[in-house]
Amino acid sequence: MALIHARGLVKRFGDFTAVDGIDVDVQRGEAFGFLGPNGAGKSSTMRMIGCVSPPSGGVLRILDLDPLRDGVKIRGRLGVCPQLDNLDPELTVRENLTTYARFFGIPRKVARARAAELLDFVQLTERADSKVEPLSGGMKRRLTIARALVNEPEIVLLDEPTTGLDPQARHLVWERLFRLKQQGVTLVLTTHYMDEAEQLCDRLVVMDGGTIVAEGSPRTLIDRYSTREVVELRFAAESQEPFADKLDGIGERLEILPDRILLYVEQGDDAVAAVTARPLSPANVLVRRSSLEDVFLTLTGRTLVD
Amino acid sequence: MVTLMLPRLIASEGPARRSGAVIERNATSLRGAYWIVVASGFLEPLLYLFSIGVGVGALIGDLTLPGGRVVEYAAFVAPAMLASSAMTGALSETTFNFFGKMKYWKLYDGMLATPLRPIEVALGELAWAMIRGNIYGAAFLVVMVAMDLTTPGRAVAAFFATVLIGFTFGSLGMALSTFMRSWQDFDIVVSVQFALFLFSGTFVPAQAYPAVLRWLVEITPLYRAVDLTRALCLGGVGWLQLLDVFYLLVLFAAGMAVASRRMGKLLLK
Repeated sequence: MALIHARGLVKRFGDFTAVDGIDVDVQRGEAFGFLGPNGAGKSSTMRMIGCVSPPSGGVLRILDLDPLRDGVKIRGRLGVCPQLDNLDPELTVRENLTTYARFFGIPRKVARARAAELLDFVQLTERADSKVEPLSGGMKRRLTIARALVNEPEIVLLDEPTTGLDPQARHLVWERLFRLKQQGVTLVLTTHYMDEAEQLCDRLVVMDGGTIVAEGSPRTLIDRYSTREVVELRFAAESQEPFADKLDGIGERLEILPDRILLYVEQGDDAVAAVTARPLSPANVLVRRSSLEDVFLTLTGRTLVD
Repeated sequence: MVTLMLPRLIASEGPARRSGAVIERNATSLRGAYWIVVASGFLEPLLYLFSIGVGVGALIGDLTLPGGRVVEYAAFVAPAMLASSAMTGALSETTFNFFGKMKYWKLYDGMLATPLRPIEVALGELAWAMIRGNIYGAAFLVVMVAMDLTTPGRAVAAFFATVLIGFTFGSLGMALSTFMRSWQDFDIVVSVQFALFLFSGTFVPAQAYPAVLRWLVEITPLYRAVDLTRALCLGGVGWLQLLDVFYLLVLFAAGMAVASRRMGKLLLK
């Protein structure tokens, strides 16, 4: 049985359809991702799964229960890390965890023990008695993640867990989430960072405009929708467009962005050699492995972060 | 609605326990500077009592109540201060604090991601406001007894009235807060609250107003609250006070219904 099961799931806000009939199944122990740009319907989907937003249509079962009828039961078994930290500014770091535990009916003694454990896990033990306000963005995020674990949830929902964090803070969060995954916790996360999806997700769906445009493991998606390597060319000119014709025939496909041209190829070095033989001399050349960003670009013609 | 809601709360321990966790959260946050706010809530009615009740009262002398009884002015003002401090305590907790927690700190978003439901959050917050308001009320009644403005027995009865008044204004405050768009909107609440405080038969008997105005004053919730506490503190309880109790209960139920509905609408979309 899938822990999360959705068929034709729809969310409407007035005339606007945020989620337009998606099918999703998340299995126990999986790390599942929703990848897509802002406004793709990721957060709306997460809120429906978190039982804080009633679906406008379709089927949704979570832990084999109905979110509308058994919201209280389901939420008791979920951990939620929202997109914007909503930590309690009147409480200390530790109290944020113990107080939250009480909302789940966890006895005080257990709550204290678990708070100590979790503070250790997210490396905040030293700040246990500090207020939330002076913490850095990364620390607040880690505390929010710790708070989401206080009820030992079966599913942890993470809405853009590293948006707005600096690279170092992001890596620390990823590392902790990876450990959770290893412990067998089912993770469901949304992101618009392809590296995050590649690092953390066993399986993901690519969302755009409220629908799912592709589904699979990061590797299979890249294999299916992109080439092995990508050559990024930047020409020193007002517009990159005139150079596209001159590149005709090199690689399987090409994509023109405002500031560069992407060549989808099997062998990057061969392609670069072909470009210079034309002869063309781009100001900048970068050969890299293909990523989920390229998958997204192929599917929608747009970049993930703009 | 009260009769529908309360048995359900008592029957299953879940909801009551969860509302209790909201109270616990507030108790945990209560420290430091917050005590100053709480203390001022008690001092305010006391200052009014001494400055106007005793000070101005010395100029006015005794007052003849509509029933024909004669009381000293401080004894006339004190029950009104009691009722309005119950209102102020309940409103400050359920307007400013409630709004800030909901809109700016997003605390309720966090709470509703747990098994807590909107009605449980609302009841927990209200119960907390009541604890705070009732401490003011009890302390003020002790002062009234010490100043010989009422008897201990009547003070106990008046205490229960302040609990009811607190619940009513607390639920009204919460319902109002769900309609507020920004802090500026609270200026209106503060103005209305102050107008109620001045004109609800607090300092002058409503009989002193022209007939039309008098009717208007007499249907305001604070007037009914003052009428109730005054009758309890000074004696002369009758059918009218039963009406006061009924009126306050209806407002309480309406406030709760609106507050939890609106919270659900705002937070669970």
